[in-house]
Amino acid sequence: MSGVRTLVVWCPDWPVVAAGLSDRPAAVLAAGRVVACSAIARAEGVARGLRRRQAEARCPRLVVVDRDPAAEARAFETVVVAVEAFTPHVEIVRPGLCAVATRGPSRYFGGDGALVARVAEAVDAALPPGAPACRVGVADGPFAAERAARRGLVVPAGESAAFLSGFGVSTLGNVDLADLLVRLGVRTLGQLAELPAPAVLARFGPQGGAAHRLARGLDERPLVARAAPLDLAVTAELDPPADRLETAAFVAKGLADRLHEALGARGLSATRVLVEAEWEDGERLGRRWRLDGAGGRTAGALAERVRWQLDGWMTGAGAGADRPSGGLTLLRLVPEEVGPDDGRQQGFWGGDRAAAERAARALARVQGMLGPDAVVVAVPAGGRSPAEQVRLVPWGEPPPPVPGPARPWPGRIPAPSPATVHPVPAPAEVTGARVSVAGGPWSAVAAWAGPWPVDERWWDVATHRRQARWQVVTADGTAHLLSQHADRWEVEATYD
Amino acid sequence: MAAERRLPVLPALGGLFPAGGLKRGSVVAVTGSTSLALSVLAAASAQGSWCAAVGLPALGLAAAAELGVALERFPLVPSPSREAGAGGWAWVVATLVDAFDVVLARPPAHVKAADARRLTARARERGAVLVVAGGGWPERAEVQLTVTSAGWEGLGQGHGRLRGRRVEVVAGGRGAAARERRVALWLPHPDGDVREVVDERRAHARRVVS
Repeated sequence: MSGVRTLVVWCPDWPVVAAGLSDRPAAVLAAGRVVACSAIARAEGVARGLRRRQAEARCPRLVVVDRDPAAEARAFETVVVAVEAFTPHVEIVRPGLCAVATRGPSRYFGGDGALVARVAEAVDAALPPGAPACRVGVADGPFAAERAARRGLVVPAGESAAFLSGFGVSTLGNVDLADLLVRLGVRTLGQLAELPAPAVLARFGPQGGAAHRLARGLDERPLVARAAPLDLAVTAELDPPADRLETAAFVAKGLADRLHEALGARGLSATRVLVEAEWEDGERLGRRWRLDGAGGRTAGALAERVRWQLDGWMTGAGAGADRPSGGLTLLRLVPEEVGPDDGRQQGFWGGDRAAAERAARALARVQGMLGPDAVVVAVPAGGRSPAEQVRLVPWGEPPPPVPGPARPWPGRIPAPSPATVHPVPAPAEVTGARVSVAGGPWSAVAAWAGPWPVDERWWDVATHRRQARWQVVTADGTAHLLSQHADRWEVEATYD
Repeated sequence: MAAERRLPVLPALGGLFPAGGLKRGSVVAVTGSTSLALSVLAAASAQGSWCAAVGLPALGLAAAAELGVALERFPLVPSPSREAGAGGWAWVVATLVDAFDVVLARPPAHVKAADARRLTARARERGAVLVVAGGGWPERAEVQLTVTSAGWEGLGQGHGRLRGRRVEVVAGGRGAAARERRVALWLPHPDGDVREVVDERRAHARRVVS
């Protein structure tokens, strides 16, 4: 499946624009190195990665400021509002970069090209004076679309793999993986895409598999990244309402931790989160943030983004008429898209993380050899028979919604459960006090109990099932769970 | 690999292993009971080890969870030979032995002696424990556990339910484990855990004396 058609808006030099310095020779520093500079500074030789002193040596008039991600996010709000005029589903990847799925809006505005022109015009109008013009691109999937945006291109549907093939592997944003690939002679995404998928998965693990998918112009995780199947949204009501950012941010931190914990308990992490807020004047605002790539998917990264968003709304640098009045009364975080936790977040199942990664890599090799369904993991579920009390899920997929084990299940076979549950029940014969399993010899029944009756789905003729289960111990001390359906007997499980 | 040389076992099973636990790099063969095979790895799994099961499509996972196995750290490859042919089983076991603390595996009908030797050596080198279930293992395992008799309690003539089972386990093996030991176990006890059977008359006598 190729990636979802995506439009990306990229505002170049965003840290400089947000600092209001784009009309001067200016550079923004983080950890002592230049992370962004204005066009004027670039013309004088300033580049990303330089130390402060090197940059100042090249451009003596350079204005240097420290990076302020909160201010960047606050200023970016105006751009998001401009893009939101085209479609309500705007995802913020990071301040300076946002994405929308083009399917609906492109059809409405007459094609990808027309949409790109309109979005670019609207965003440029929203940018502060002196800022470099935004670049807009469309391609299959957010990864290819970001590359397309940097070049201001519309890549036709299905041609993203060809478009990406010329880029170096460092574009993947995974420094360790890129380094390893280059040392092995794989320099471009095109070369990576030519390798067979199972081999890449076996050699480089889940992260290599994801990179390989990106290089082929596919979604990073088509099988598994999907709408969150469970209602895992977390909500906090604020009484009294919070009108200071610090108070709201404190609540946000607690919510982010709760969400992270709830997902982590299921082996998941969120890749896209909707931040929703309600205000005293009844205004409801919502914004989507993507949690992928370098930012990581830690609870801290999520809390930071929620804080930026609240800052954008509450300080209202550019929200204009939308700016809510009064305090924040409700904050909700909705994980809209989840993926398996592949170790990019901390505290994986509370165990030794190195062991978990080693295990995941070995299982990926087995899946590469035998197919993804060959490796499964059991999820406890509710049900009456031993076979129904667990669901087998392919390793790496998020667990499906299952009926809870805590609900009452009348007719449930009590513990201890049988250690052998036949995937296909073996036929049995029962006469009087003797039982024969799968055509085997007759043996006397020493003890028995039952029936545990089952009358399931009586409201549906097609799936209605009526049967009775019996526990039987034979003379040799073996215990079986037999089921009786009309006149037929089967051995469902053996207590061995 | 973690530094400790032994993985924990349930207290009731301590007497079956000469080291009092699962020695890393060893092979344990269990015959006669699937629940005994699950009990062998239950304590290690509960305390954070990664365990895996290969070639056991009929494994009762509700029973595994009741014995204490952490299902989220217990991935399964139920049918390794279906896709990869006869050699698939040995390849999958070898791959998992590289990465897991305990691998529970049921060998196919005619496992080659050479495969068995190679897997034994691999487990020793990697410090993993290979638990072979269901017999048919051509090598002599370090520890060999066999259930010789079993009797269920709680079930009557048309009433009651299965509650607890007494089994007799005979332990043998190589080296320090060569001396034969017999242990009577509740597998499981009516309260749900695994316990040694305490002879009630003797326990009563001891109470009277003290």
